[in-house]
Amino acid sequence: MARVVGLVAYHVFKESVRDKVLYNLVLFAVLLIGGSYLVGQLTAGQDIKIIKDLGLAASSLFGLFIAVFIGVGLVWKEVDRRSVYNLLVKPVRRHEFILGKFLGLALTLLVNIAVMAAALYAVLALMSWLRPEIGRAGGVEAPVLDPRLLKAFGLLYAQLLVVTSVALFFSTFAGPLMSAAFTFGLYVVGHFNEDLAHFEDVVQSPAAGWLGKALYYLLPNLAPFDVKLAAVHGREVPNLYCALTAGYGLLYIAAMLALAVVIFQRRDFK
Amino acid sequence: MLALETDRLTKDYAVGFWRRRPYRALDGLSLQVEAGEVFGLLGPNGAGKTTTLKLLMELIYPTSGRIAILGHPPGHPEVRRRAGFLPEAPYFYDYLTAEELLSYFAGLFGLRDGARRARVAALLDLVGIGGERRLALRKCSKGMLQRVGLAQALLNEPDLVFLDEPMSGLDPLGRRDVRAIVLGLRDRGCTVVFSSHILSDAEALCSRVGILVGGRLVAAGRLSDMLAFEVEGWELVMAGLDEAALGALGSRVRRATPLGGGRYAIELPPVDDPDCAVAGLRARGGRLVSLNPMRATLEDYFVRQVEARAGGPAAGRTVPER
Repeated sequence: MARVVGLVAYHVFKESVRDKVLYNLVLFAVLLIGGSYLVGQLTAGQDIKIIKDLGLAASSLFGLFIAVFIGVGLVWKEVDRRSVYNLLVKPVRRHEFILGKFLGLALTLLVNIAVMAAALYAVLALMSWLRPEIGRAGGVEAPVLDPRLLKAFGLLYAQLLVVTSVALFFSTFAGPLMSAAFTFGLYVVGHFNEDLAHFEDVVQSPAAGWLGKALYYLLPNLAPFDVKLAAVHGREVPNLYCALTAGYGLLYIAAMLALAVVIFQRRDFK
Repeated sequence: MLALETDRLTKDYAVGFWRRRPYRALDGLSLQVEAGEVFGLLGPNGAGKTTTLKLLMELIYPTSGRIAILGHPPGHPEVRRRAGFLPEAPYFYDYLTAEELLSYFAGLFGLRDGARRARVAALLDLVGIGGERRLALRKCSKGMLQRVGLAQALLNEPDLVFLDEPMSGLDPLGRRDVRAIVLGLRDRGCTVVFSSHILSDAEALCSRVGILVGGRLVAAGRLSDMLAFEVEGWELVMAGLDEAALGALGSRVRRATPLGGGRYAIELPPVDDPDCAVAGLRARGGRLVSLNPMRATLEDYFVRQVEARAGGPAAGRTVPER
């Protein structure tokens, strides 16, 4: 099973490389370096914080676009173009196909996040080398090359994997437009999910309260993955918090993939 | 030994947007194919040929009925390991070359490194893909994709191979190559089931055929049983004739078609002695161009079957509500 899943995953990664998806990294680097230069011209004392903010926000945005736009096509494209006919008649079971597709995009995202993190550190190092005084400037609570940024990148990656699993789930039965709309919708809702847990406090109807509670558990809760602010300000993010959040992400991903497999397993390829 | 057996295989699709109702694409197909034979699944467009092949490869699931492939249900690991499939108008990953695609698929069968490279190279040679094997598939012609499709169906040296319209998109040379490959497969004991509406291919390759019309199997059997091979008449083409000379043959002529330049195609009944007719026409200045016996073709048989069913109960096929 591992060989088959690995082969499918490797070819998803290969496709994204050949389709020049990784070119987004060039755009990211240009944005980061250009942004840093501008920040250096415009701000005083806050340069490092803003560059970190910019780097993490850009990584999040670029990662989200890759997760959604490639994720929604992972299965749909294969079915629509009928390339799935050649694959599923070989010794590839449908759940292996789904798992391979997910892991392939997970690998693409990993490379993206890793390169973007490295680029951010490189720009920060360059800035502190060119202008050593900024590291000592007032208002900067964290070291320039703060290793805690890695936790933010790690949780961002986990969040993107959750988004990928949601996109892939929709991709098993819906077209790309609808899947992208649903996934973006859930991404937005996922950042305000905490409010649904306390919905009963603000509504009169108990039914609406229960509905809010049900949606809280059903929809992905993405806000805990976002520790950008803490990382930028040099606040500690406990390891236990990271592990629990990643664990929640893993469970959610498993549930999404299981649902995707259930739907895909019985699907007719007309 | 049976390579393939289906028993009352039926497939309904739900059609309609608001009020979903079943549409019967395949209706009670019972079929048996012996190991080592070349079986042709024939029928007009929409007859259910592709539906049948997809059911056999478990790309769709039957509404009812039973399938046994090499003694196993479809989708069984043994079937995936030992069967090959060429879908109709195959589409492959744009970003790969033919060589990379076959290498990917060979890996799925567990072929590694040297064995994989050797198998891929041999198959690309077999289907006639030379330097183009390193060309991105997005740049390949339809005929080349068909050849790649055939190659990927044979990667695992299958015991049973299903080919959906294998001649589609091929030029005459390509069709000749595919015929040779199918005959080669037969010679090594591989069972071949292919769908086609090109009857001359079926006639050249198949030991048995089944004819599907409107989702139902209307005829199945050996070609020799289906077609009367006795002569149904004679067609002779004579040059240098005129109306008067033709008139001399009288009622013996079933049909005479002028071909221009004093040439006529003349049909004579089977009981007539063509030598006698030729001698008579020669005496009136005619010259023999050709003389051929007329036999029923698979096409004649096919047309008769399709026409007979055109107004029959199988046509339409929305499943009646109970």
